[in-house]
Amino acid sequence: MVPALTALPLLVLLVFYAWPLGTLLARVLRPSSITEVLGSPGLGRVLWFTAWQALVSTAATLVIGFAPAYVLARYRFPGRRLTVAIVTVPFMLPTVVVGAAFLALLPEGLHDTAFAVVVAHVFFNVAVMVRLLGAMWAVIPTDLTAAARTLGASPAQVLRHVVLPLMRPALWAASSVVFLFTFTSFGVVKLLGGPGNATLEVEIARRATMLGDIDGAAVLSVLQLIVLGVVVWWSARWQRRAATAFAGGQTQRRARSRTERRWIPVVVALTLAAMLAPIVAMVARSFRPGDHWSLTAWRTLGNDEVRPGISLGVDPLASLLVSLRYAVVAMVISTVVGGLAALAITAARRHGRLLDVGLMLPLGTSAVTIGFGMLITFDTDPVDWRAEWWLVPLGHALVAIPFVVRSVVPVLRAIPTDQRAAATTLGASPLRAWYEVEVRRTWRPLAAGAGFAAAISLGEFGATTFLTRAGRDSMPIAIDQLLGRTGDVPRAQAFALAVVLFAITSAVIVIADRGEVLDARGS
Amino acid sequence: MLEVRDLTVRFADRVVLDALSLTVATGEVLAVRGPSGVGKSTLLRVVAGLLPPDAGGVWLDGDDITHVAPHRRRIGLMFQDEQLFPHLDVAANVGFGPRMAGASRADVAARTSELLTVVGLEGFESRRVTNLSGGEAKRVALARALAPRPAVLLMDEPLTGLDRELHDRLATELAAVLRATGTTALLVTHDHDEAAIMADRTVVLGDDDV
Repeated sequence: MVPALTALPLLVLLVFYAWPLGTLLARVLRPSSITEVLGSPGLGRVLWFTAWQALVSTAATLVIGFAPAYVLARYRFPGRRLTVAIVTVPFMLPTVVVGAAFLALLPEGLHDTAFAVVVAHVFFNVAVMVRLLGAMWAVIPTDLTAAARTLGASPAQVLRHVVLPLMRPALWAASSVVFLFTFTSFGVVKLLGGPGNATLEVEIARRATMLGDIDGAAVLSVLQLIVLGVVVWWSARWQRRAATAFAGGQTQRRARSRTERRWIPVVVALTLAAMLAPIVAMVARSFRPGDHWSLTAWRTLGNDEVRPGISLGVDPLASLLVSLRYAVVAMVISTVVGGLAALAITAARRHGRLLDVGLMLPLGTSAVTIGFGMLITFDTDPVDWRAEWWLVPLGHALVAIPFVVRSVVPVLRAIPTDQRAAATTLGASPLRAWYEVEVRRTWRPLAAGAGFAAAISLGEFGATTFLTRAGRDSMPIAIDQLLGRTGDVPRAQAFALAVVLFAITSAVIVIADRGEVLDARGS
Repeated sequence: MLEVRDLTVRFADRVVLDALSLTVATGEVLAVRGPSGVGKSTLLRVVAGLLPPDAGGVWLDGDDITHVAPHRRRIGLMFQDEQLFPHLDVAANVGFGPRMAGASRADVAARTSELLTVVGLEGFESRRVTNLSGGEAKRVALARALAPRPAVLLMDEPLTGLDRELHDRLATELAAVLRATGTTALLVTHDHDEAAIMADRTVVLGDDDV
């Protein structure tokens, strides 16, 4: 049973992940290209920008996200769940939507700046703080900090001597997750960073797709993989600290004191305003091509002509259909592969770990690297699949499979082994018992995983940049291209299309989300 | 002397404490006994400053401390489930109060070993609090609460969750510690024997059907 379940996931992993990555590594093993790339003058600048914007974004997210995370985890108030939902949705939003939203929100003078990049990164990642720190606060009883107060500790002393030490594992986890995402940021940096501010990801894409410098791009991809590997290893070491056991007791309460009553609404209101402002600005800009209100952008959404007879080659509405088709295909692939893998991982126990880790690897590899690897691998007969339409959704599926696996495996692992024994003693054959006890229980988490897969596919930008073909552009690609056009109408169209993508993606996320997403990415 | 005057606390529409008044003389151990849900823990939280009352107030040695922050009240609280800091060892837990008050390292160490001796846990300094037995954890909690020399020590069901034999022995021991240190204490419990062994005087809240 286990080999049968493992076959398909393993095949997909080997052909579409391991092989492209191997091709990438093989290209890098030519010493001449390494020295040439590492010696190139622009590289230091790219590395420097990649590192410092990631560090600054992480630090800013920690500082800015702390208060909302605390209030949302610690206090009960009407509208809390809705606020949590509003704060967490951005994390799963397509990067181009967030990029477009901040282009709409920020004044022209701040476009193409590192500041814009950092602000958008904070917007994205506050959700990480709310989820990961919130999970920690959910087990630290409020009485523990109360105990410190009765021993004479001021609020500041409580923070320094009790809260921060206890939160350290969660803070490390949150920091490393945010650092990894911002270090490998592609869409946001491409849209908001401008020509002077390129991360490694953007530089890889530029060399590969614009300059045709495949070797250079390959060297940078591997360089990035090494950095990511070190960060992951290092953060795993820190997080493996002994989990602390806490006395029971309440972890959440209503605001009672005057200070609490005054500050909690302020924090909640500011958080909501910060989360909603970019989206509102984006919607507004879609109705303002130029300085007046107009429906032009929305009315011409299904039309790729700027003037009669003159086409821009980007048909916004067609890209919607392309994206939906990709999303369905990617969802089916990742649900089938991820579901089978989850069953195999739990059924095989020991060997399952290997498959588990293997399927998580694409998560640690940037989407740009995955797309790039596929591009340079599947370019010669008999595997010249560059023109095949399914290569794009397959790339999406590769990014999405870990999410499906992560949402199903914990549910399966939580089933006590005796349940299957119980089913057998009640007369079920072994296969039937497995079906009744385990397979039937995967439907719910599998549906959630399928939703995330669809959301990921709809917004996927990094891998798609490499695999897309003219005339078959997905929505994120179309938005990026429209934003690059001059003229008020294409820009407004870009915002309108981003609004559509935002609406579809958030609907999918809200339906699918029950909290699994971040847990998957965080672990 | 601790005075509680006309204390009223409401949660939503439920009145948890209704104009409660009581006095604890300096050096006295007062037990407040009553069934669960009668507002005993709420009383302690208000006195400790962790919960603002809806009406009434708390006076300590003649001063109104109703609106004083908990860390400035000089009122200690021993929690029902101890609430020892899991990231600190026994010594750091006991020394926490003096450290917050800015005592020197030597003074903190001296006070810590003094109190560990009082509660019969000499040599426990570097033990992890997560590996203590139920009785040991209670003793550490008592030592920790006494370390900053509170004017009044509040105890919330201090011996709940122990088996009967240990419970009775610790009750006697705790009573002895309170007397030896001359501590003014307000103890809430649902247990008749606990109140009888530890307290000089008992006040009954709610229906006394215990």
